[in-house]
Amino acid sequence: MEKRVVFRSAWLPYVLVAPQIAITLVFFFWPAFQAVWYSFQLQDAFGLKTQFVGLANFAALFKDGNYLESFKVTAIFSVLVAFIGIAISLLLATMADRVLRGAMAYKTLLIWPYAVAPAIAGVLWAFLFAPSIGVVTYVLKGWGIDWNWILKHDQAMVLVVIASVWKQISYNFLFFLAGLQSIPRSLIEAAAIDGASPLRRFWTIVFPLLSPTTFFLLVVNIVYAFFDTFGVIDATTQGGPAQATNILVYKVYHDGVKAADLGGSSAQSVILMFIVIALTVAQFRFVERKVQY
Amino acid sequence: MVENRPWLTFFSHFVLILGVLAIAFPLWITFVASTHTLEAIMQVPMPLWPGDQLVENYTQVLTAGSTMGSKAAAGQMLVNSLVMALVIPLGKMVISIISAFAIVYFRFPLRMFFFWMIFITLMLPVEVRIIPTFKVIADLGMLNTYAGLTVPLIASATATFLFRQFFMTIPDEFAEAARVDGASPMRFFWDVLMPLSKTTMAALFVIQFIYGWNQYLWPLLITTDESMYTTVIGIKRMIVGSDAANEWNLIMATAILAMLPPALVVMLMQKWFVKGLVETEK
Repeated sequence: MEKRVVFRSAWLPYVLVAPQIAITLVFFFWPAFQAVWYSFQLQDAFGLKTQFVGLANFAALFKDGNYLESFKVTAIFSVLVAFIGIAISLLLATMADRVLRGAMAYKTLLIWPYAVAPAIAGVLWAFLFAPSIGVVTYVLKGWGIDWNWILKHDQAMVLVVIASVWKQISYNFLFFLAGLQSIPRSLIEAAAIDGASPLRRFWTIVFPLLSPTTFFLLVVNIVYAFFDTFGVIDATTQGGPAQATNILVYKVYHDGVKAADLGGSSAQSVILMFIVIALTVAQFRFVERKVQY
Repeated sequence: MVENRPWLTFFSHFVLILGVLAIAFPLWITFVASTHTLEAIMQVPMPLWPGDQLVENYTQVLTAGSTMGSKAAAGQMLVNSLVMALVIPLGKMVISIISAFAIVYFRFPLRMFFFWMIFITLMLPVEVRIIPTFKVIADLGMLNTYAGLTVPLIASATATFLFRQFFMTIPDEFAEAARVDGASPMRFFWDVLMPLSKTTMAALFVIQFIYGWNQYLWPLLITTDESMYTTVIGIKRMIVGSDAANEWNLIMATAILAMLPPALVVMLMQKWFVKGLVETEK
């Protein structure tokens, strides 16, 4: 798409794009270039000498059991966050689309958590599930469940998944509701007249028509689980216990900032960049498809 | 609808109310915890109804912070958060709207090159370039400054795209008429494009306000000075030990303070919020 009518000036457009290009160069391209550069280097313990080591940092990463474990943890975490979040929001949105009375009130009450920072969501749930004083812990104890996410792997994962899903539900909900409201009523009414039950109507008409929205949300939720949940992890488990919730982003931060392993952390950054590129391409292919239909 | 299923309607309301309760429960507990003394919360189970320490707890965190963890006062932290939440959206809007204007309404060498340069930043979130970006900020002497907190987050491909998409929908006749009348490009920008872009700006502002307010990793990296903490960072710094070793009443009071401004923005500007959310993600 191009404009037919344009203005002419030899210098004005350059002045107009200059601020954005300057910030992009200094804070995006230069650091990204450096990440790639550091990833080929090895620094000594005092940061005085660096040595070019080629792909050795990458080779070391893929031999490192912790790093491979972190990949596995990230995969499990993002799949859980994406699927549980999408399933709950779809259920809520379908119900909200059905009811006539109070739909607006439900919507207003359900979009709250969008405003909550991931780190705060983490703190709230960590408090509810606190091993000695948490309210939920108390209830679970009554049911005979010994809850201690500070020590138990699976429970730590459950905690960060719950906090992450809770924060993301409102976002998914809004997109599903918008998707549902754009489905023509006549389609559903025709099926109802033909005697299709609500459940059958959902699976044969509504769900297929919603699939572009669902796919879009799938990508967005995976990106969210990969990157934006840093706050949830840092405010609660900090990757523990014993790496059980050490997702890739947290590991980059931990190795680079806390352990000061510049080469290894940068190599991890470069790998993450490739993952982001793959996810972005997936997202844009979806957008193209939506335009065609 | 052509059919009436009272049971299904009942079930729908039941599911929705359950959903609302699940969403609200942590927020309620947070509020309750912020109104009690530490001793009251340490009882198992803690009270589920607000106590009488509301004023004391909030005064304490606003002026003096916690006593065990970080002593940064929440008053200063709220100011810092507000600076981030206002400068980032405003800065983004200014640089994005002018660059989108240049890319849509001018033909110049390197136009597509600049376009792709902006586009590609989508693929470089802060999280994947943590250490090098930190180094750049340190080299520029921008650690513990408002400039360091905001400027690196101002560049944004999404905002530029949003304005570009919007400009493409404006009929060519506007620009044609402006040119026939002898208006300069900047005149056209101020008198035609800016007024037309108002709703797009409002939508963008709401989304970016929340984005700026809720930043976590970035301020965590570049603020070491207590007076520069944002509210979200401050909460993290108040948690010193695990579990029972924290002043949960004060932490929760700060959490409420941290959630209120973005929540109010979402509530009061709901229409623009939904519009902004749906459109920036296209």
